[in-house]
This record gives sequence, structure tokens and C-alpha cells, in this order.
Amino acid sequence: MDAFLLQILNGLDKGGAYALIALGLTLVFGTLGVVNFAHGALFMLGAFVAVALQNLLTISKQVRDESVTFFEAYKETPYLEIWLGDTGLAIIDYVVPISIVLAIPVMLLIGFVMERGLIQYFYKRTHAEQILVTFGLAIVLQEIIKAWFGANPIPMAAPDAVSGSAAIGSALGLGDAVVYPWWRLLYLLFTLFIVGAVFAFLNLTTYGMVVRAGMADRETVGLLGINIQKRFTLVFGIAAVVAGLAGVMYTPILPPDYHMGMDFLVLSFVVVVVGGMGSLPGAVAAGFLLGILQSFASMSVVKDVLPGIDQIIIYLVAVVILLVRPRGLMGRKGVMEA
Amino acid sequence: MLMESPRKDYMIMAIFTAVVLTMPLWTAPFGASYPDLLQKFAIYGIFAVGFNLLFGLTGYLSFGHAAFLGVGSYAAVWSFKLLSMNVLPAIVFAILIAALFAVLIGFVSLRRSGIYFSILTLALAQMSYNMAYSVLTPITNGETGLQLEHGDPRVLDFAFGAEETAGLPSTNLFGLEMSGWPGFYFCAVVLILAFFLSLRIFKSPFGLKLRAIKSNQNRMMYTGYNTRPHLLLVFVISGMYAGLAGSLLAVTDPLAGAERMQWTASGEVVLMTILGGAGTLVGPLLGAGLIKYFENIFSAINEGVLHSAFSFLPDFLNDFLTFIVAPFVGEGWHLTLGALFMAVVIFLPGGIMEGIRRLTGLAKRTASHRGGKGSARTGGPAHSAEG
Repeated sequence: MDAFLLQILNGLDKGGAYALIALGLTLVFGTLGVVNFAHGALFMLGAFVAVALQNLLTISKQVRDESVTFFEAYKETPYLEIWLGDTGLAIIDYVVPISIVLAIPVMLLIGFVMERGLIQYFYKRTHAEQILVTFGLAIVLQEIIKAWFGANPIPMAAPDAVSGSAAIGSALGLGDAVVYPWWRLLYLLFTLFIVGAVFAFLNLTTYGMVVRAGMADRETVGLLGINIQKRFTLVFGIAAVVAGLAGVMYTPILPPDYHMGMDFLVLSFVVVVVGGMGSLPGAVAAGFLLGILQSFASMSVVKDVLPGIDQIIIYLVAVVILLVRPRGLMGRKGVMEA
Repeated sequence: MLMESPRKDYMIMAIFTAVVLTMPLWTAPFGASYPDLLQKFAIYGIFAVGFNLLFGLTGYLSFGHAAFLGVGSYAAVWSFKLLSMNVLPAIVFAILIAALFAVLIGFVSLRRSGIYFSILTLALAQMSYNMAYSVLTPITNGETGLQLEHGDPRVLDFAFGAEETAGLPSTNLFGLEMSGWPGFYFCAVVLILAFFLSLRIFKSPFGLKLRAIKSNQNRMMYTGYNTRPHLLLVFVISGMYAGLAGSLLAVTDPLAGAERMQWTASGEVVLMTILGGAGTLVGPLLGAGLIKYFENIFSAINEGVLHSAFSFLPDFLNDFLTFIVAPFVGEGWHLTLGALFMAVVIFLPGGIMEGIRRLTGLAKRTASHRGGKGSARTGGPAHSAEG
């Protein structure tokens, strides 16, 4: 039972990342009708917003280390610590939460630039060409990041306050063996919050209502005198922010490197297909579902019976779903039936 | 186009054969005339020609074609290990295995079209890649990659009285060693055969059906054609081309690793085909050659080379230009590739071949303008040159 609970939790945080990326992919696809292979790159860019902020905050200079007396020792001390003392250290400690705030405007801007600068010229082109150009863009973005930050993963730490593990087991009366990192729990809550926010935006605001109307019938909404294009651009920006935030929050779990976006993108596409192209709840549900399945498949009990199943389970599920339910779990008729 | 006489085909083939076989001569001025690189041109040319059969004719964009390349490599190395160092059994075996594999993948992924198809092929190829790395280690030798060893059975070789040598044996064609120039000429001959087959497919009724699927699959089905067998057939043929290319990679260097199957490798063949011009006969070859050539040239350039290249300029300009260009060469070669690729898709979706066509069209138009303004204004002949 303990192991069972742990695997579900494990699956939920990975599934959270899939769900957030898949949500953005589906949003862009549903509104603009564009298949965005650069969406994984947005996830990666978000993570590197945090890395850049960390680099910026820890710009340091050599300072005489007073604690060593028998020779002249120097240590690197960040300017922030020199200027602000303990406050400075605390700021550095909280670099990931701060980057979340920073990432929102940055990713929104990146999203706008991408949509206005490139994607808008591809509405009328074929899906193959959209895939190709965004694939090229993804390569360019990740190579730029590689040139700037190097090819190695860059470790990032969660704030000290949440770096420990939560004793979930004892809280639920399952024994003390079940502990789980606080940060991953936070990631899960954060994912739920973001998903909730996006759904609330689409379903509870007038703006979102118009966007949904535009997704259903773009032309009619346009005829009513609404500039639907402007709203769709905003939606693209929101999708970029969602992917970026997922990336920022994921940095303490997985040290970011330049190709993390591509790795997640492939899986997220599978998630979208399983969930049903164009269905937002489908994308989220499939994300969590596949995350959990993957984490169960990596249990040693399962691996003894079916060796290597953890590597392929997601793809297997995708193949089975497409053979049994070609539209995906929640796909509707007429969406992307080419 | 279809009704063109077979004589024209023979002309094309004759010219193509001559161009390929004289490659060592005309690539010399570019500094590319050495067997290793030329072999790569030929092998990736085959790969791209095969990919083009699928994507160029039917419009089905497969993002997992490298899986067949990898499977071909593994099969060929196994043939070297178990049967013989002769390359012919290896190639035949690789093509067969790749075909089988393509039937499996094609059967599943061709149930959907459009982006679903792309994503499915991508997912299945990633799955094969992951499996090659983990579960299938007994077959693929995991991360180290499959290679020749002492004590491989090689039953056919030993049955014909070959001796175990001190070093590892090298691949051969009935005794002719497949390294250096013989290796290149072997690949070149295979490329010519592969190209000929692709030409025949392009011009055949089968090719016409595939084009019909690309332009309007629904209408094709309304007229009573079941399109899926045709799609599966071309998918398998295309997979066999990739398997062939993979086996040739193993011929030139008898080891196979899983990284050959990674989806970036699949992306590369897409890039080659698009860059050259999808749906054209020679386009993919041009694309493959260009990408492999520039990969070779660009990735060898470093800052020192740049500094000496710009040394005729004043110092500050030299430094500035080096600073600007450096990220695009050497390690950053992929950046150039990605940017170039984007530019091609945005401005020239037909690739280099369309560029050539536009240029010749332009030349013809200016020529007709000069010939007589009156006739150009009516527009008839000038515009037909564009199409």
C-alpha cells in the first residue's frame, strides 16, 4: 500500500509536467490550428529563465575568507550577500519562486514575438509545413541556449524551507516509511492551480467565452465584429507562459539542460494524442494518467515480470488507444480528421 | 509528365550514373573528394531518396524514419557476426528485417493521417530507440553498440575455409575490401540502382496513385480505391531504403549504435528532403549532399580558423566578425542548420529544386521580354514557364 501511494505521487508530478505542456499544445492547436513542435522549447526556455536569474543573482567577487587565518584564503561571495547580508542570501535561496514571477512576463513576451513573428504566417500552410518550421525553430532555440549556457545540466535547488521531505505516511496513518519531497508536492499543487486557472479563464470570463466561441467557429465570431486574432495571440502567449512555468517549477526536480524540451515534447505529443487532439480536459487527464502509468511501470515488481516496460509503456498505451479509440480518450468527432 | 517517353528516363539515368561515378573528380575542387565523405553522400542520398518516396509522393510526414536506418545497421552487423563478412548477405538481410519492421510500424501508424501519423511514427521510433537502449540489450548491446568480436561464428566464412585473423576482419565483396575507393564505388552503384528504382516508381501508375492520395485521399477512396494497401506498400519500400542505407553504414564501419535511431536522426532526413525539394527526383540527393558536406566543413571550423580567415581585416573588425560567426560553426553547426531549414520552409517550401525552377523561369521571362514586349504582355508563354 505504501509503495502504491508513492508510485501514484511519483507519477503525478511527472504527469503534471506532461499535462501542462500538453495543455499548452492543445490550446495552441485548438485556437490557431497550428501544430507547434517548438512548444517543448518553451518549456526549456522557462527553465532557463530560472537558470539565468540564478546566474544573475550569484554574480560574485573574491572576498578574503576571515575564518582561515594561517594563509590568505579567498572565497566567492555574491554581491547580493555583500550588499544585503542575510536578505541577499535569502533572495538567492528563493531563486526558483522568484523566477516564477519573472517568467510570466518573459514567456508572455516570447510567446507574442513567436506568434507575431513566425506562427501567424503559417495559419494557411499545411500541417506538415507547420511542423517543419516549428521543428526548425526548436532546433535554433535549443542551440542558442546551448551556446549560451553550455551543454551540461545546471543544478538548481528548491528553497531550503521546502527542500526536505513531507511525512505523508504518518499524516495519513500509513506508517512513517512514506515520505515525499515537499517540492514535488508543491509542483503537483502548482500544476493543479495552473490547470484550474486556465480552465477558469476559458470558462468563467467573457474573454474566455469569446475565445471558446472562436475555437468552435472562427468565422462567425469574426463576422460579429470581434477581433478574434488578437485574442488567439493572447492565448498563444498564455500557452507559452504555462509551458514556461512548468519548466521553471521543474528545475529543482530535473537539472535543466538544452535538450530537455525535446525530450518532454515527444512525450507530450503522445499525451495529446492519447487525450484526444483538441480536447483540453483530455490532455490534462491523459498527462496525469500516463505519468502514473509510467511510474507504476518502473516499479521493480513490474519490471521483473516485463523487463524494460518502463521505457515503452507510454508508447504502448498510445498505440493501443489509437487502435481501439482512434480519436483518443476524449477526442470529439470532426477535430483534426484529415 | 507521366507520358514522357522511356527514352528520357534512360537519358536521366545515363546522366545520373555519369555524375555519380565521376563524383571523385568534380568534388575535388570543393575539398570533398575523399572516400569517407563521398560514401556518406551516397548513403544518406539513398536514405533521403527513400524518405522522399513516402513524403514526396504521398505527403505522409514520417518523423521516425531513423528507426529503420538503425534496424538496418543492427541487422547488417548481425549478418557480419553470424554469417559472413561479405556485404551482400548483410544488405539483403538488413533490407528484409527493415521491411518486416516497416510492416509492423506502418500497419499501426497508417491508421491515422496528417499530424497523427507524424506523431505516431515519432512515438514508435522513440519506443524502438528506448528499447534498443534497454530491454533489447542482448540484441543491440545497449549503450556500447553492436560490434564485431573475436570468436563470432561467421558460419559461411569458415565453411569456405576462411582463417581466423589476428585483427578483426573487414567487410568485403567476394574478397574485395570495402574500404577506401572500392567502398565508395560500391555505395555509388547501390545509389544508382536505388535511384533508378525510385525513378520507376515516380513514373509508374503506382506512383500516380500515391500522388492522387496526396492531392485528395477522400476523392481517391470515393472512386473505389482502398488507399491503405498502397500507403503501406510505399511505407515499406521507403523503410527498406532506410534499411539499405543503414546496412551500408554498417558496411563502411561495422558497428551499430542506438543513437542512429534517435528522433534527431529522423529529423535530419526530413531536413535533407525538404532542403533539396520534396517530391522531386534529385532534390533529396542534393539536400543530403549539401547537409553532409556542410556538416563536414562547418563543424571543423573553430575560432582560430575564423581569425585567420578574417586576418585581412583590421583587428577590431576581425574580432567582431569572429564573435558573430563563431556560434554558427564548429559545435554550433546545428544552429546554422536549424536557421537554414527555417529559412527554406518559410521562403522556399519547394526547396532548392524550386529555387532552380524559379530562377530558370525568371531567366526565360527576361529573355522573352527582350525578344518582344508585345507577346510578353499577353502573358501566355511567360506564365506557363512558371508552372
